[in-house]
Amino acid sequence: MIDFTFTEEQEMFRKAAREFAETKIAPRVEEMEKTGEVNADVVKALGAAEMMAVTIPEEFGGLGLGYTARLIALEEIARVNVATAMMLQVFALGIEPFILFGNDEQKKKYLPGLATGEFLATAAVTEATGGSDPTGIRTSYKKEGDDYIVNGRKCFITNAHVANVLVILAKDEDNPKSFSAFIVEKGMEGFKATHVEHKVGFRGCNTGELAFENLKIPAANLLGAEGKGLAVTMSAIGEIGRGGMVGCALGLHTACLEASIKFASERILYGKPIAKLATIQNKIAEMKIDLEAGRLLGYRAASMQDAGQRCSNEYAVAKYHTTETCQKAAKMAVDIHGGYGCMEEYAVSRYYRDAAVVGPSAGTSDIMKVIVARWAMS
Amino acid sequence: MLNIVVCIKAVPDPAKTDSIKINPATRTLIRKDIPMVLNPLDKFALEAALTLKEEKGAHITVISMGPPAAASIVKECMALGADKGMLLSDVAFGGADAFATAYTLACGIKKLESFDAVFCGMASSDGATEWVGPQIASFLDAPVVTMVNTIEENEGHTWTVKADFDNGYRRVRVQLPAVFTVTRHLNQPRTLSFSGIIKARKKQAEILNLEQLGVDASKVGAKGSPTIVSNMETTQNKREITMIQGTREEKAEAVFQLLKKSGSIG
Repeated sequence: MIDFTFTEEQEMFRKAAREFAETKIAPRVEEMEKTGEVNADVVKALGAAEMMAVTIPEEFGGLGLGYTARLIALEEIARVNVATAMMLQVFALGIEPFILFGNDEQKKKYLPGLATGEFLATAAVTEATGGSDPTGIRTSYKKEGDDYIVNGRKCFITNAHVANVLVILAKDEDNPKSFSAFIVEKGMEGFKATHVEHKVGFRGCNTGELAFENLKIPAANLLGAEGKGLAVTMSAIGEIGRGGMVGCALGLHTACLEASIKFASERILYGKPIAKLATIQNKIAEMKIDLEAGRLLGYRAASMQDAGQRCSNEYAVAKYHTTETCQKAAKMAVDIHGGYGCMEEYAVSRYYRDAAVVGPSAGTSDIMKVIVARWAMS
Repeated sequence: MLNIVVCIKAVPDPAKTDSIKINPATRTLIRKDIPMVLNPLDKFALEAALTLKEEKGAHITVISMGPPAAASIVKECMALGADKGMLLSDVAFGGADAFATAYTLACGIKKLESFDAVFCGMASSDGATEWVGPQIASFLDAPVVTMVNTIEENEGHTWTVKADFDNGYRRVRVQLPAVFTVTRHLNQPRTLSFSGIIKARKKQAEILNLEQLGVDASKVGAKGSPTIVSNMETTQNKREITMIQGTREEKAEAVFQLLKKSGSIG
């Protein structure tokens, strides 16, 4: 029989992450919603709670807990605040290329600081030309002595203004079919974080643009082999990026369900709680069924990742299902709340806005379908 | 180095109290399907021990009586920093009142080589008798200070603590070994950490049954409990809804009169 249960240790990770989210993140949500800005205390708390260290190997200062533990942590944090979960999931997106492709020197230099939160990471691939087809990027590099000179712009980059260590993708100026990944440190000559986006949801999670004007990168900061940059960034996006969004969607979906049950149990109509009405139960049941299915899909992919198996297709299925159903759940949660669902005092109005951002992050549902169709027909 | 014992209890999650039902035949709580958590006040007892361990060095043993599933709560305490966990678990221990529970826990504590201080939460969130701590002290023949909110001096074997007392407080000087029951004002309990959970990987709770504990079956569980629960029932908090009709002024006046009648306003 397939064992679908979490281990005692994984249950404790969930408890630890939930306690962390409820005590350290929840009190900051209102402020983040108001300002839309990253809360420094939240970032500090994430580091202190070792949330950035989860997937980093122990030999480099991490916890080496793998991807199921990561999904558990993200789900619990997103249940309280999906913006914080998004920020955390993208830290991991910037960390993973170091783990998979960094040489020993790069790992020793960056991973311990990334594990503690001293360094904050992101991966910058997306450009105005699109994100899901990275071969369309225009950012280019050329070798000059011991350095690489990079020019171009990146957009829709989560943590753009927060990260101080970035993994970027650029193409060879002389060979447009050759892509390389580089480690960029904030403050390098020619690096600038420019425009800040104002999103409908995920307030408290930074998204913005980056400009590289004759950005000088030392040759030692080439990540992976020259010309193999697509593999470096896409491996992280396919598994870490999609997996991270699964965690965000599952947590947000859970929040929608919990808020709906609470409200439906307290709201009296015709002399009894509306939770007794079949039409409300129908919505609650749909939310629960979708959530259960999403958890099975997500944790299956995570357990494959822990076993060292390729799982980007499985994550694409999970990403499609969880983000689509999360948006559906947010709509139903607002519906169950009636007029209250449109009021900012009620968290479901935030969930509804957040759900709109869950969809396109790390690849739209349409792109997920393209990937899944290719997989099915392969 | 101090040897500290922390008595803990796995209780039904207080956040799920709405789901707790009572067995009318046995007059006990039906705990099935309710997730078990560490009794909230026991977190403060454990934190007191962990703080002392950090400040002066100590060996912490967590002890609990409960079903086998409570082992995960004991393990949680080890993930928080306790060195050893002991779970007293046997069908014979079932249905124990505060007296039999205290007796069983005291027998477990006596199994240890020695102890300097025993910390307990002042009450459990399910039973809430506040008797177990003092009764443990009685079985151990040790002094007890209940409702401790501050440990003022902890040098040597004479400690000074402050404890709640009506609207004021007591300052008590006590000779170790002693038992302390603590309030939520004593400290700010730490939360579980991932690295703490990893460190606890090799620690397992020692589970002792009736025979291993070496106690008389007639003194534990329901058989050893002098308390008779005459009745226990679920109460329902029903809200009454009164629809007020009329103009805005009439409605406001009606609300004012209702509040006045209820004593909410003078």
